[in-house]
Amino acid sequence: MKTRIGKTAHYQGQEYLVCEEVITFLLEYLAGELSGEEQHEFERHLGVCPSCVSYLKTYQETVKLGKAVAATPPSAPPEDLGSDLVKAILAARTR
Amino acid sequence: MNRSSAARQPGLFEDEAVLVAALRGGDDRAFEFLVVHYGGRMLATSRRLLRNEEDAKDALQEAFIQAFRAVHRFEGLAQLSTWLHRIVINSCLMRMRSRKARPEESIEEMLPRFAEDGHSVKEYQDWPESAERMIERREVRELVRATIERLPETHRTVLMLRDIEELDTATVAELLGITENAVKIRLHRARQALREQIDPRLREA
Repeated sequence: MKTRIGKTAHYQGQEYLVCEEVITFLLEYLAGELSGEEQHEFERHLGVCPSCVSYLKTYQETVKLGKAVAATPPSAPPEDLGSDLVKAILAARTR
Repeated sequence: MNRSSAARQPGLFEDEAVLVAALRGGDDRAFEFLVVHYGGRMLATSRRLLRNEEDAKDALQEAFIQAFRAVHRFEGLAQLSTWLHRIVINSCLMRMRSRKARPEESIEEMLPRFAEDGHSVKEYQDWPESAERMIERREVRELVRATIERLPETHRTVLMLRDIEELDTATVAELLGITENAVKIRLHRARQALREQIDPRLREA
């Protein structure tokens, strides 16, 4: 991953980071790993770009959905080894 | 072996130091407690990582055998469950590596696209409902699950280890033999690909 955020464009007479930089560095932004200056520029972009704000929100929602779904597979058998598997594991110990 | 004998002695090994000492001493009841008490959660991890039930059980069995052999080296710096969890994950990763390699689909096609000037080619919008609300619907859960399953395996594995098994970046990097930077890139791309693919379906719902 790049260490510096750099690509900018002008909008209403001011220079801002472009969407590509913001979306590429989202993980580091959310993890609090950007430098103070990078974070400031990141947030200036978010202040004028509702599309990237929505991207950020839906990215965070995606992480929540993934965690919730993968953690609780409804169709999986109960999380019980069953006596056969317990026996097999314990028997393997003495082999 | 009577599976319930450990369960009939509640509290016997609830103190982890007692359990570890008993395991090191070769106490059969301690080994049984370890398997019965921790096995369910470890099987759940194995099932999440390996999509085949037999593979999941085989990897779990191999993990416990490794743990039995290595318990004398357990230093108590981490919780026993954390130590065991890592052994199970390693066992699953070894099994994944040993499977016949199949060409992996590129993730590039699943990522957001940008114009040459760096602007997004599409306008992103909020979803109509929160994740908490959407997750209550079976079709949403199935959509997310199926989409994760279809991610290219190298990216799916990192997503599972970081977001679901909640291992830290350094641990995932060590387990996979890649740099921490590579872990971050794969995780971000996996999340992006997942977001990109479920986005239109969540808007239809």
